[in-house]
Amino acid sequence: MSTTTLTTAPLERRRRSALGWAVADTRAITWRNLVTLRRLPQLLVFSTIQPVIFVLMFRYVFGGAIHIPGVDYVNYLMPGIFAQTVTFGAIQTGIGLAEDLNKGLIERFRSLPMSRSAVLAGRTLADLTRNVFVVALMIVVGYLVGFRVQTGVLGLLGGVAVILLFGFSLTWIFAIIGLSARNAETAQAMSFPILAPLVFASSAFVAVDTMPGWLQAFATYQPVSVAVDAVRSLMLGGQFHDPAKVVGSLAWSVGIVAVFAPLAVRVYRRTA
Amino acid sequence: MSDDAILVEGLRKSFGEVVALAGVDFAVPAGTVLGLLGPNGAGKTTAVRILTTILGRDAGHAEVLGIDVDDDPQTVREHIGLAGQYAAVDENLTGYENLRLVGLLTHLPENVVRGRADELLARFELTDARNRPVRTYSGGMRRRLDLAAALVHRPPVLFLDEPTTGLDPRSRTELWGVISQLVGEGTTVLLTTQYLEEADLLADRIVVIDRGEVIARGTSSELKADIGQTIIEIDLADPANAQRARSALATHGLCDVETDGHTVELKVNDGSRAAVDVVRTLDRAGLEPVSLALREPTLDDVFLSLTGHAAEEPPEDTPSADGRDRRGAA
Repeated sequence: MSTTTLTTAPLERRRRSALGWAVADTRAITWRNLVTLRRLPQLLVFSTIQPVIFVLMFRYVFGGAIHIPGVDYVNYLMPGIFAQTVTFGAIQTGIGLAEDLNKGLIERFRSLPMSRSAVLAGRTLADLTRNVFVVALMIVVGYLVGFRVQTGVLGLLGGVAVILLFGFSLTWIFAIIGLSARNAETAQAMSFPILAPLVFASSAFVAVDTMPGWLQAFATYQPVSVAVDAVRSLMLGGQFHDPAKVVGSLAWSVGIVAVFAPLAVRVYRRTA
Repeated sequence: MSDDAILVEGLRKSFGEVVALAGVDFAVPAGTVLGLLGPNGAGKTTAVRILTTILGRDAGHAEVLGIDVDDDPQTVREHIGLAGQYAAVDENLTGYENLRLVGLLTHLPENVVRGRADELLARFELTDARNRPVRTYSGGMRRRLDLAAALVHRPPVLFLDEPTTGLDPRSRTELWGVISQLVGEGTTVLLTTQYLEEADLLADRIVVIDRGEVIARGTSSELKADIGQTIIEIDLADPANAQRARSALATHGLCDVETDGHTVELKVNDGSRAAVDVVRTLDRAGLEPVSLALREPTLDDVFLSLTGHAAEEPPEDTPSADGRDRRGAA
């Protein structure tokens, strides 16, 4: 038998402030989630298959029947696809947490002297990183089917920033769903009814003024539409130029994080 | 502060209508092993989860190293290790990465984490699998990694929640060896188990709980002494002879006789003297036993006589008292 010491003398610990530890722990959890992503690249591929199918369907099947005055439909479509991609992608945050819970990993984390918010922050930041890749990939797909940014590099980067922030804010909502659902299937089933109306009763694929009046109010001001309109303003400009939408989308995103991040941490603390 | 590394008094916890712990007391002196023994749903895991700060309690007192787990959970967490029946390791990380993650999250310096991870991988014979995702590990390897993860920061108090449930006999024996070594080095261990053999082998003292209440406590020999008697096992080769032997022994004044197929079991106070009586009685009745053995009661006997049901089959009418929604228990 080996004589390696298993316990005895306590090991030295680093001393840091509570905030310092929250940052360090979040970094460790983010690293762990990104390793998973790197080791299972199919997760990245799967999360782009659905939006690619939507691009092809709306560009080549439905697109001919949808007429938006003054713009090529593919240019109108792609900002909607970006928003759809990060919105449906947010389900992954819930699924990831539900699986960690189901496998007992959260239980282990809760018995460690780590920051209580790090498991969630590490998950949402890793998912933000994933979104960077997914959105970049969707821009490439867009270019292949004829999408062209009308405003230049700054417009492109601004639009990407708006969409990434929006996606990040949504992951906090789905973190709560994942912690409550406790398994991947339930998390998925709980998420869809929330997402479908947000994505489809929006300005993502068609102009809101083609919808019945009672739906227009919701479809105009709900966060997916505002994000899509903000991205159109930044990437297309012209008739879509509307700085109020950009401010509106940033406000939605910041507001969602401000409400749901503390709520998610509370749910995490109580989840046993 | 007392010499007890773990102290629990009047601990209560309910999940809705289900009472998981109905006022439990026990203490684990520093450097000893307490075996918390009981069937599924007895409340063992609930007690561990309260002591490891995962779960809040309804009433009572729970402290680790003199620190109340509610008052200062963060300090408690720095001094405990938890390994569970569900190997809580990340399938997509390698063995090394899993230990590194736990090391970082227990706030050890990076260079210490590296050395410690490799040291533990070597000790648990996982060095060859160091850089393989845990997904490719066998059940026994996962369990060893799970225990290694609980030890990264050298915790003085270790909670092992059914550490060998579902393991094959060889892996079980291996884990027992490691646990014995930890205890030899002065670690305080709270071990929950359904295996009486495991408690018998590893624990200094045993607390038996059933349906959230302590029903017996003591050392393994004290518990066996509680049922007080030696057991004589007689094998008579066929059930008819066993029945005849039973009535012969009963009329002879030897009571507490039970038959099970072709064997007869009787509990007696003075083993060797009774054995002679038994042989004479059987001889007079013209019965020739195939074998006759005297044995001390096992913890299985203790458990059966305490609870009226065997240790390893959970009582059917008791819902899971752990309040967890997990895949089917092992």
